[in-house]
Amino acid sequence: MEDIIQVENLTHTYGIGTPFERSAVKNMSLSVRRGELLGLIGHTGSGKSTLIQHLNGLLKPTSGRVLLDGRDIWAEPKKIRDVRFRVGLVFQYPEYQLFEETVYKDISFGPKNKGLTGDALDRRVRESARFAGLDEDKLGKSPFALSGGQKRRVAIAGVIAMEPEVLVLDEPGAGLDPRGREELLEHIRAYHTERGNTVVLVSHSMEEVARYADRIVVLSHGSTLMSGTPREVFARGSELTRAGLDVPQATRIAMELRKRGMDVDPAVYTVEELRDALLAMRKGGAR
Amino acid sequence: MLKDITLGQYFPGTTLAHRLDPRTKILAVVCYIVAIFNCHSAWAYGLMVLTLVVSARVSKVSAKALLRGLKPVLFIIAFTAVLNLFYTPGTTLWRWGVLNVTHEGVVMAASMIARIALLITGTFLLTYTTSPIQLTDGLENLMGPLKRLHAPVHELAMMMSIALRFIPTLIEETDKIMSAQKARGADFESGGLVQRAKALIPLLVPLFISAFRRADELATAMECRCYHGGEGRTKLHVLHYQTRDYAVLAFYLALAVGVIVLD
Repeated sequence: MEDIIQVENLTHTYGIGTPFERSAVKNMSLSVRRGELLGLIGHTGSGKSTLIQHLNGLLKPTSGRVLLDGRDIWAEPKKIRDVRFRVGLVFQYPEYQLFEETVYKDISFGPKNKGLTGDALDRRVRESARFAGLDEDKLGKSPFALSGGQKRRVAIAGVIAMEPEVLVLDEPGAGLDPRGREELLEHIRAYHTERGNTVVLVSHSMEEVARYADRIVVLSHGSTLMSGTPREVFARGSELTRAGLDVPQATRIAMELRKRGMDVDPAVYTVEELRDALLAMRKGGAR
Repeated sequence: MLKDITLGQYFPGTTLAHRLDPRTKILAVVCYIVAIFNCHSAWAYGLMVLTLVVSARVSKVSAKALLRGLKPVLFIIAFTAVLNLFYTPGTTLWRWGVLNVTHEGVVMAASMIARIALLITGTFLLTYTTSPIQLTDGLENLMGPLKRLHAPVHELAMMMSIALRFIPTLIEETDKIMSAQKARGADFESGGLVQRAKALIPLLVPLFISAFRRADELATAMECRCYHGGEGRTKLHVLHYQTRDYAVLAFYLALAVGVIVLD
C-alpha cells in the first residue's frame, strides 16, 4: 500500500525564546498508508496532539516535513487551506466548537467553507450525519440542546461532511460512557469500511486501538517508539509497559501466564483470541 | 499566534524582583508611573529608560519578552503619536494641505510614544515577576483602609485574581477553538472588515459559552469549599516588609520626587 501521509524528521518546539520553551515532538518520522485505519497511541505528553496538528497544517514544523501524496504541504503556504479540506481533523472534545443555531447549519459549516451549496451540500450534511450516527430529526435542533455524546457526533459529522481523504480523530471517545464510546467507534469503523477512506485514530487506550486499528504507531516522549500490526506491537508488550503504556487486558493475562510457565501466545490482544489460545493450549496439554 | 499576547503573564523565577513583597512592587510601579508623567526633558526620559533596563536586568526578563508585550498596543501608540504630531499648535515645521506639523507636535509625539511604551513595559515588568495571587494579595492589602468605608475590597480583589487567572486559560481556549474552526476551513485572515467580523462568530460563540460554563463551575466549586466572601477570612501567607522592600521603595520614591522637583 502506498503512503498518503509521510512525516519526515518532524520537530516542533513550543514557546521559542521564553522560559517555557519545550519540544513536544522530536525528530519524528512515520507514515500513514492510503485506506488504512491507523491507531496512533502514546501516553499523555507523548506528542500525539502536536503531531496531528501538523498533518493538516495547523502547526508549522520547527524542522522536518509533512508530505501529503508525496508533496510538502508547506510548499505553497497560501494553499494550506486546501490541505485542511483533504485532511479532516477532529479535535479532542470537539463539542466545544459548535456555534450554529441548528445541527444542520453547524455540520454544513465545513463544506460551505469549501464552497459547496444546494443539493451537494444537503447530501453531504445528511450523509455525514448518518455516518456519525445522528438521527434525521436531530438536524433541526439546536446543538446546545443535545446531550454530550450527541454534540460530539455533530462535531465529528461536521468534519466528515468535508469529505476529507484522511480523517484524523483525537481521542473521539474521551469522556463518554463505555456504551457511547463503543457506539461512536463502531460508527467510525463503519465509515471507514464503507468509504474506504484513511482514518487515523488517536487514543491512549490500547484496548480501543487494538480492536479497531489495522496498524498501530506507538509514540513515546515525542518520537516514534514502534509501529506495526496490533499483533506485532503487542508481542512487544514488555517494551510498551516500560514506555508507560498499557497493553490490552487479554495481552496482559497472556504475558502473566507465560511468566508462570504456560505456553500461551503472547501476541493475543482480544478476549476471543485469548480464549482460543487457552483452548489450544489445553488441547495440546491433554494430548 | 494568540499565545504571543503576554498580558498578565507571569514568568516564574527567584530573582530579587520575584522575591520582593508584592506591595513594594505595586507601589514602585505607581511611583514609576507618576515619574513618567512628570518627565519633560530628555534626560528625565533617559533616566526612566535606564531604571527600566536595570529593573528588567535584575528580574532577568529578556528585552524580547518586554518588547513583545508592546505588540498589542502598537496601534494605540501609533494613533496617539499621529494625533499629537498633527494637532499640536506651535511653530510650523512642515505643511501640506490641512496637515500641519509643528516643532511642538514632534516633541509631543515623541514624548507620548516614550510615555506609553515605558508605562506598558514598566507595568509588564510587575506582572512578569509577580504571580496573580501575590498581586491581588498585595492590592487587597494596600486597599485595606477602604474597608472602613464599606468598600468591597476583598470581593474586588477576588474578582481581579479570578480575571487574571483566567486570561491565559481563555487565550488557550481561543487558540483551541480557532484551530478547530480552521480545521473546518474557517478563514480568519482574509476578506474585508465585514467578512472578518463575520468570521469571528464561529470563534466567539463557543468562547462565550465555555466562559460561562467555566464561571458556573468555578462558582459551584467555590461554594463547595464554603467560600462566603472576605468576612472572617484569614491568610496562609501574611505579607511582611523586608529590608530590601524598604530599599527598593525608597529608590522609586526618590525617583518620583526627584523628577517632579527637578524636571
